[in-house]
Amino acid sequence: MNEPNATPILVADRVQMTFASADSRLEALAEATFSVMPNEFVCLIGPSGCGKSTLLRILGGLVRPTSGRVLFEGRPLTHPLRRIGFLFQRATLMPWRTALRNVALPLEIEGVPRAQAEARALEFLRLVGLEEFAQALPRDLSGGMSHRVALARALVYDPDVLLLDEPFAALDALTREQLNWELLRIWQARRKTVVMVTHNIQEAIFLSDHVLVMSPRPGRIEHKVPIEIPRPRSLDDLYSPQFLELTRTLRAYLR
Amino acid sequence: MQRLGELVSALQRKRGRVPRFNWEYVLIPAVLVAVIFFWDLLVRWRGYPAFLLPSPARVAARFLVAVRDGSLRLHTLVTLREVFGGLALGLSVAILLGYALAKSRTLERILAPYLVASQAIPIVALAPLLVIWFGTGALSKILVCALTLFFPVLINTIVGIRSVEADLMDLMRSLQATRWQTFRYLELPAALPVLFGGLKIGVALSVIGAVVSEFVGADRGLGFLVNLARGLFDTPLMFVALFTLMAIALGLYFLVSLLESLLLRWRWPEE
Ligand SMILES: Nc1ncnc2c1ncn2[C@@H]1O[C@H](COP(=O)(O)OP(=O)(O)OP(=O)(O)O)[C@@H](O)[C@H]1O
Ligand SMILES: [Mg+2]
Repeated sequence: MNEPNATPILVADRVQMTFASADSRLEALAEATFSVMPNEFVCLIGPSGCGKSTLLRILGGLVRPTSGRVLFEGRPLTHPLRRIGFLFQRATLMPWRTALRNVALPLEIEGVPRAQAEARALEFLRLVGLEEFAQALPRDLSGGMSHRVALARALVYDPDVLLLDEPFAALDALTREQLNWELLRIWQARRKTVVMVTHNIQEAIFLSDHVLVMSPRPGRIEHKVPIEIPRPRSLDDLYSPQFLELTRTLRAYLR
Repeated sequence: MQRLGELVSALQRKRGRVPRFNWEYVLIPAVLVAVIFFWDLLVRWRGYPAFLLPSPARVAARFLVAVRDGSLRLHTLVTLREVFGGLALGLSVAILLGYALAKSRTLERILAPYLVASQAIPIVALAPLLVIWFGTGALSKILVCALTLFFPVLINTIVGIRSVEADLMDLMRSLQATRWQTFRYLELPAALPVLFGGLKIGVALSVIGAVVSEFVGADRGLGFLVNLARGLFDTPLMFVALFTLMAIALGLYFLVSLLESLLLRWRWPEE
């Protein structure tokens, strides 16, 4: 898919994380090393508590690793960058802002004039199908709608990399499937690099170019499984022998 | 299909708004009328002399006199200036320091014992000292006022700023927001509900602070008027001063509530 000599956009180089408090030390990550190519869709799966969220927060520059480093376009990452967008597990909207103004927030922070920011935000609300709810406050949105607003907010300022931490895990299967579709469509249309944490093996196979499988805590990257199902993918692929084989492999790795 | 469902449920939620008559607007004055009625009844029944408990009519008459000779206006303005001065000083220092303490655990650990210890000294005991240091003018009153409301506002600011969701803080960091933007777009609006709680306590306390300091040493102001009236056995005038103080506290509280309902509209279901 990528030319063999292309340079990775994101590299985790022996990233290790130990949480130390006064009376205890907890090794959350043990030397995770991997790289992500531009425009790649990578899923991260692993048993609960193995350090996936920690790894993602390190990749985003939100926390410093105890040792090792993260390279973004070849340069060490020392703090969060606007070019790396985050989608958290919970929708985390500001309850005092309307859906529209929540989406406009990243642009306002960039200094885009408010009217212009809101016009752009409205486009992205349309993209996630929530145009009619532009003036609604978060308390009047359902869980799925809130996640769509958060998705629009993550996309509106056009970051090159999207880090997604089980963003739709709390949703029912149907809404989740729909949001995954939208995500896939947007990723294809705008060619972004995506790293997504998930617990769902099928979701990981369906979306990714590569699936990274982590070991139980302290986490390390144990397997890198390429997913060579041609794109664009359809729901029929879920029942192909290739898909079932991959599911079996991943399930075995996770045991 | 699903989007249609969402639209319908939102419309239903909108329809749920039924304008309802608010009984509070009738009941609050009704209680006031009842209290005045029973007060009058009590005075008539027991035949209290005016210097012990004046009738409502006597107080009203004294009020009109005080308004006409301009003394009420003078003393009220003096107290109001002290209250507003105290509010401006106390609120700004308490909110700034509260923000710093909320952000820095180290600073909090160092200053917390002193702040708590300072609260062990009753303000009534501190007021004479401040009058000695800063004179009987407005400055000592403003200081007492500011000190009275300082602590509750400080605590509320710390609690408010700390109540900001960690995920939203991470969001602001990932957007590379400046410190000022984080404050302006996130911390301030998130802390506002708790801050308003502190503000409401603060405005009530500021009136107490002004009166306490006027008791200690002053030649004007409503607290001074209470003292003066006591010396003259002019109990109706005392009532006038006390009611004016209540009116000031109520007015300030009302202003804060009004501001709160304007700024925090997102917290309440639409009516
Ligand atoms: N700030 C922190 N301080 C101390 N320990 C932490 C901190 N954050 C995470 N941990 C610990 O690190 C380990 C890994 O946590 P992490 O949240 O990365 O796991 P995860 O793989 O995302 O789990 P899940 O799949 O349940 O979300 C856990 O044991 C957790 O208790
Ligand atoms: Mg996690």
